[in-house]
Amino acid sequence: MVGEVRPGTEAPNTHSERNKGVGNGLSTPSPFSVYAIRAQFPVLHRAMHGKPLIYLDNAASTQKPQVVIDTLVRFYSTTYSNVHRGAYALSEEATARYEEARQIVARFLGARSWREIVFVRGATEGINLLAFSLGEYFLREGDTVVVTEMEHHSNLVPWQMACARKGAHLRVVPLREDGDLDLDQLETLLAQKPKILAVTHVSNSLGTVNPIRQIVEIAHAYGVVVVVDGAQAVAHVPVNVQELDCDFYVFSGHKIYGPTGIGVVYGKEEWLDRLPPYQGGGEMIREVTFEKTTYNDIPYRFEAGTPNIVDAVGLGAALQFVELTGREQIFRHEDQLIKELEKGLRAIQGVRVLGAPQKRVAAISFVVEGVHAHDIGTGLDLHGICVRTGHHCTQPVMRFYGVPATVRPSLAMYNTREEIERFLAALEEVIAFFRRGSA
Amino acid sequence: MSDLQSLYQEVILDHSRNPRHFGKPQQWTHHIRGQNPLCGDEIDLYVTLDEEKQVIRSIHFDGQGCSISIASASFMAEHLSGKSRTEALTWIQRFFQMVKTPFTEPLNEEEYGDLIVFGGVRAFPSRVKCATLAWHALESVLKGEGKEVITTE
Repeated sequence: MVGEVRPGTEAPNTHSERNKGVGNGLSTPSPFSVYAIRAQFPVLHRAMHGKPLIYLDNAASTQKPQVVIDTLVRFYSTTYSNVHRGAYALSEEATARYEEARQIVARFLGARSWREIVFVRGATEGINLLAFSLGEYFLREGDTVVVTEMEHHSNLVPWQMACARKGAHLRVVPLREDGDLDLDQLETLLAQKPKILAVTHVSNSLGTVNPIRQIVEIAHAYGVVVVVDGAQAVAHVPVNVQELDCDFYVFSGHKIYGPTGIGVVYGKEEWLDRLPPYQGGGEMIREVTFEKTTYNDIPYRFEAGTPNIVDAVGLGAALQFVELTGREQIFRHEDQLIKELEKGLRAIQGVRVLGAPQKRVAAISFVVEGVHAHDIGTGLDLHGICVRTGHHCTQPVMRFYGVPATVRPSLAMYNTREEIERFLAALEEVIAFFRRGSA
Repeated sequence: MSDLQSLYQEVILDHSRNPRHFGKPQQWTHHIRGQNPLCGDEIDLYVTLDEEKQVIRSIHFDGQGCSISIASASFMAEHLSGKSRTEALTWIQRFFQMVKTPFTEPLNEEEYGDLIVFGGVRAFPSRVKCATLAWHALESVLKGEGKEVITTE
């Protein structure tokens, strides 16, 4: 069950409102209860170093609810076979579930059609697909691709590679000290009419939420195609690709309570239709002779080989779980937590929080004067607390702030105020240890 | 915090706060950069080798890193300066062998001597790379591999 159901205490309006359109076997939710949510994530109940596990590495990957785990097991146990073109009922069932997952993703993103949803291994593969196919489609020598200084390496390196292949230039929108993008510089760069802008929706190291809608508007005014990296965003901010009007949007399943190895490329139909395939093989073809191959329609043209069927179905279950829990409620909960976390961090002497963006969600980076991030990470681990330390695959951001590494706690729907308090107390203890040499 | 103390013994904290042989020397015969990409540790090792006598005249280092990597480099520079090439290589192997010993097995103090203060990293597999960074760098120099950079990944 998602909600904390106490007879007679359910709010009837939310009850009926959120019961619509979801039929994955979960009970009707009641108002948001983080403890009822936690009950559905088995791993959260284990201990680490003799302490209750506190998982604050959600920007790296999220834990999985029972319904996702069960979906995978059940699908393998009852429905599994290869998809598409099977002349038997089991394959038709499996195909229906796989395609149903695509529909769920399309609805979740607010896409116009399921044809705009391509399944890939994850956001990284999605960006590689786009860098390759867009590159082949229209990147020419002397053209420009624009990225930003806050990109994860996975939204930077594929574009560097595409530029190198095509003799194009890579330009970078600078970061400001407060952790927001310099939008004036962005417009200046876009005014020079690059072919592509690749920008993250949410920064994985700083938690900055970029004003994608506004950015897309500027970009489109100059005829620039926009690729949005949504890996850090889908689980933490509202996403509706039609409202954002971006041309492409990419995310990973494992960062939104789904399995690893499955991700999504959304592309506007008119764009996907024009792009050449990324990989060749089965499924992506229509007719093959030794002289020539004609390609399948979208989205299959981009899904060469047997797809990751089961994890796609698992991702569908994860997205339904998020919808059923209520995106607005999750985001409100996470917003309260990140504010408390930031306030608590700023109150600790010697802690320097990186950036103060206009809107920050789910992740925050900090350094401690005189104590290396990795030492903090080990100290927190001994308190049962999982955080990420290092450069978070954003070396340009580290260079911008002049730090080798940061500590980055990051949140999910199942984190609690108590966990934030315990994290802050443990952090103070760890800092004291390294300052005094004893605890 | 007893676990934290078992990893970060006084000796380690002391070396990390006041690293010995720290800073770029006036002269050296060999330079190598050691990188631990996982956590951004980066140290430059400056070694003066007396090729004739096969002795390490001096080891210096600078750079940045977590307290384990800095303390380990400092400890190594202090203990292996003046040692013969063969002796130093033996100590390096011993150090590698020690951090690879399962945490559940007690360490023989006679065998490992002062190295034993780093025995605590065995309980923290992700930190072994920090501890061995400088040692891998020196090993490469002593084996004459001619590398400019060595990484622990």
